[in-house]
Amino acid sequence: MSYSLRNDNRLPQARLAVVSYVIVGMIGLLLIGFWKLQVIDSDKYSQWADRNRIRSIPVIAPRGRMLDRDGRVLVDNYPSFSVLLLRDDPALVMKDLPLIAEGLGVPLNDLADQLDSARELPKFQPIVIKPEATPADVAFIESHRSDIPLLEMLMVHRRRYLPNGFMAHTSGYVGEVSEKQIEDSNSKLRPGDFVGKSGLERQYNDMLQGTDGMRRVIVNSVGKEVDRLPTQEAIPGKQIQLTIDYDLQQVAEQSLGPRDGAVVALDPRTGEVLAMVSHPAADPNDFAVRISGKEWKDLNDDPDKPMLNRAIQAQLAPGSVFKIIMATAMLEDKVPPENFTAFCPGYATFYGRQFKCWVYGKSSHGTVDLHTAITKSCDIFFYNVGMRLGIDRISYYASHLGLGRRTGIDLPSEEPGLVPSEEWAQRVYHRKWYAGETISVAIGQGAVTATPLQLAKVIGGIAMGGIYKQPHLLKDAQNVGEDRFQISASTIEKVTDGMYGVVNEAGGTASALKLTGIEFSGKSGTAQIINYDLRTRLGKGKEFKDNSWFVGYAPRRPPEIVVSVLVQAGGHGSEAAGPVVRDVIKAYYDKKAKKFDGQVTADGKGYDPGNTAPPATALPPVLKQQTQPNAVPVRARAEVNPR
Amino acid sequence: MKDAPGTRDYDWWLIAILLAICTLGVIEIYSATQGSSLAGMHTKQIRWLALGFILMFVLSRLDYHLILDQAWILYLVGVVALVAVLIFGHTRFGAKRWLPLIGELFQVSELVKLIIIIWLARFFAEVRTDELSLRDLIKAGLLVALPLALILKQPDLGTALVLMPLLVVGAFLGGLQWQHAAVITLAGALLVGSVFYPPVSKHILKPYQRERITSFLHPEEDAKGSGYQLLQSKIAVGSGGFWGKGFRNGTQNQLGYIPVRYSDFIMSAWAEEQGFKGVLIALGLYMALLLRLVQNAQRAKDRAGMFLVMGVAAALGFHVLVNVAMVIGAMPVTGIPLPLMSYGGSATLFVFLAIGLVMNVRIRRFVN
Repeated sequence: MSYSLRNDNRLPQARLAVVSYVIVGMIGLLLIGFWKLQVIDSDKYSQWADRNRIRSIPVIAPRGRMLDRDGRVLVDNYPSFSVLLLRDDPALVMKDLPLIAEGLGVPLNDLADQLDSARELPKFQPIVIKPEATPADVAFIESHRSDIPLLEMLMVHRRRYLPNGFMAHTSGYVGEVSEKQIEDSNSKLRPGDFVGKSGLERQYNDMLQGTDGMRRVIVNSVGKEVDRLPTQEAIPGKQIQLTIDYDLQQVAEQSLGPRDGAVVALDPRTGEVLAMVSHPAADPNDFAVRISGKEWKDLNDDPDKPMLNRAIQAQLAPGSVFKIIMATAMLEDKVPPENFTAFCPGYATFYGRQFKCWVYGKSSHGTVDLHTAITKSCDIFFYNVGMRLGIDRISYYASHLGLGRRTGIDLPSEEPGLVPSEEWAQRVYHRKWYAGETISVAIGQGAVTATPLQLAKVIGGIAMGGIYKQPHLLKDAQNVGEDRFQISASTIEKVTDGMYGVVNEAGGTASALKLTGIEFSGKSGTAQIINYDLRTRLGKGKEFKDNSWFVGYAPRRPPEIVVSVLVQAGGHGSEAAGPVVRDVIKAYYDKKAKKFDGQVTADGKGYDPGNTAPPATALPPVLKQQTQPNAVPVRARAEVNPR
Repeated sequence: MKDAPGTRDYDWWLIAILLAICTLGVIEIYSATQGSSLAGMHTKQIRWLALGFILMFVLSRLDYHLILDQAWILYLVGVVALVAVLIFGHTRFGAKRWLPLIGELFQVSELVKLIIIIWLARFFAEVRTDELSLRDLIKAGLLVALPLALILKQPDLGTALVLMPLLVVGAFLGGLQWQHAAVITLAGALLVGSVFYPPVSKHILKPYQRERITSFLHPEEDAKGSGYQLLQSKIAVGSGGFWGKGFRNGTQNQLGYIPVRYSDFIMSAWAEEQGFKGVLIALGLYMALLLRLVQNAQRAKDRAGMFLVMGVAAALGFHVLVNVAMVIGAMPVTGIPLPLMSYGGSATLFVFLAIGLVMNVRIRRFVN
């Protein structure tokens, strides 16, 4: 056999040549394959290679803090961790999602929804799936780094507000950005970002919100970080200083206590808001992270309306406080003349209908002139004034003094209130104005409504001699607006004397509130929420208690501080709202006289001030620099001099 | 002493090409494993190469006619060894492929490839006509099918597949008739078709093999399995561009995105770091190697030698084709290494023993 093998030399040369061609063709085909990948599609694969190895993790910029006028921290940040889901690899995400849901204790449906809402975003942008990581979550992520390489932790800065809803409506709160906001932001915002949702947080969001940076790291195939690329630093948000005086704010919060209502303290010389309170309030810390749909619904459906900032959004009948506008109109128009008197038997009849004075059934005011009508708040006097002036003159003065339109305070969602007129009745109700309605409006009832802030601005402005500074909360506000409405000096003198008498003269409606050594002036208001007749029929149920107003200021002229207080269903103006005004004004003077020692002369309304004081860490020494975040704290100025 | 050829008769060009390819391999093995837990693998590979060269020369001295005389005995030894592997073999990566031998684990199937080359050379050389009869064709097919089935049983689809081109090339050169070729092509197409057709493939393929086929057809559905491997390999190759990222600079390679980057996917690592120009060099060398083998076959003294050399060429050519096509995502993952470049003891020794057979034929071309 070996022999035959050795001697058979017929070689199939043609077929061997075919094999050579096959070899050349095969190598050629492989080279074409490489050419396609390495030359034609090279850019695409280079990007994929980078996406593989470079993981971009946002560095969240801290929001700017909010300081009070003395540099004390009102709204601060604290560090926290969010759990990020990297979505570069959709198939892997789908595979690991149930595991992630279980590990983090997040319902799978929630995760799926979040992924769904982020489907429009570039895949390399991670999304936040759990805003506040617990230590267990951190442990879970760390221990599953290699088998679930999709999770990453992100250091974020959470908002810390003063507890128990302190100043909550003014500061507002931040929340996760809505889909609409993302659309409107020109892709500057991403899902999971936090933006101001209300109050100052929303008003000054652009200032407070910094620019997020980006940390880029190189990861190997099991998701382990092996190197870092240069980080794009986050630019922190700007710190803002407010006009709020923490001390006055605290007094106002405690003095109003658990009653529904609002307190606004202004410096009428500048328009600076020294305190702004609205109760009831929800604690924004409760929803600084993420609020469930149900909690949110409960808050909004609460009949007490805790989300309403009553200081700028409660549009209510101002009651007798409106008499100051009436008095100004009467003196300016000289209709009726300033020596006009009216006799008050407790009631009077206009246009065939009987109108009562507030003392009806208890006593009567007898013959009253303007001064007495203000100090004793005689309704009969102002019914007569109203009848003589007519609705259009009342409307003219009320509008020009600043009612019926927004004050322009730097807060979102301010309400304008309403000043009725013949034109208004025609426009809104397509009917004629009834003359009888003018009589109600004359004492701040009927269709006229105002917010506590408006009343503070109007009364303060009148006392200032007709200069109405635009209220504002930002300390270094540029171009503060100002309305001027010329009022004669004698009018101002008579009206302010009247308001001085309200507090300081025997028989004044608020004479119990007198403060020694301070020219505390003001006007009370007791606004019915339903008319007398109806109330008599239904009986004096609690739910029909009058709204209590008081707008006070000091000194008599020109004032340094004006405080407007609303206590809903508080009863008589000087009894419920008045003491709150007095507390704030007293605190202002106490502080001014450097006697302020933190003690408050609250009226013992049973409001527990316990936790209202901010934690020590929230109140570092005074900071002077305003727009410099993370500045080194400067030692407190030795004296606090508000003006 | 006409049966003692001198050193001048060796194919030194072939050896030069061989050395060049091995050098590329060692360079890339170094680049792919340095700084990792596998560092130092390239020196191990050099040791295998040195051993391979020695074995090559040793084998070339033993007249291939004597080897062919023992073809049937070798065939039986091969089948027994395969059965032994299935009974006593070591299991690694889910397959029983390894038998312990002088302190190292050897893949018996590598040796069986060599035996089948020898056995087929003998078989086709004994077919004395220029036209291969159907009877001989079926006989050859059945005798290849036995070891093939045993290797499939390990399971090792890749090595089993290598036996097919040995048979095909042998039959082609042995005078395959075009009618038979058509029937075989049809049968082959049916087989491939059934492999890719799930209702049939689930009866003939292991789950992991079906998974590989699925992921080859739908890589996006299997992002972390073998579809992921193919995708990462393509990313590595593509991102290398024309000029490559440079030695030790391939991110896909260095960060471990390329699967078994020092072995089956070494071409992926090479293509990433050396770019298209590097691929041209590597594939150019492989083409030169294969054409040089064909040339040696053409110059063989007799049909038996020609069949031996072409069996080696078929095996190496198939390895290169399947491995490189896998690296660029044109074929599923089969676990076939790239000859001379991939790290691996058994595979390297197989290549050198196979080249040893070629040298054996070469140095005896003028002897009579």
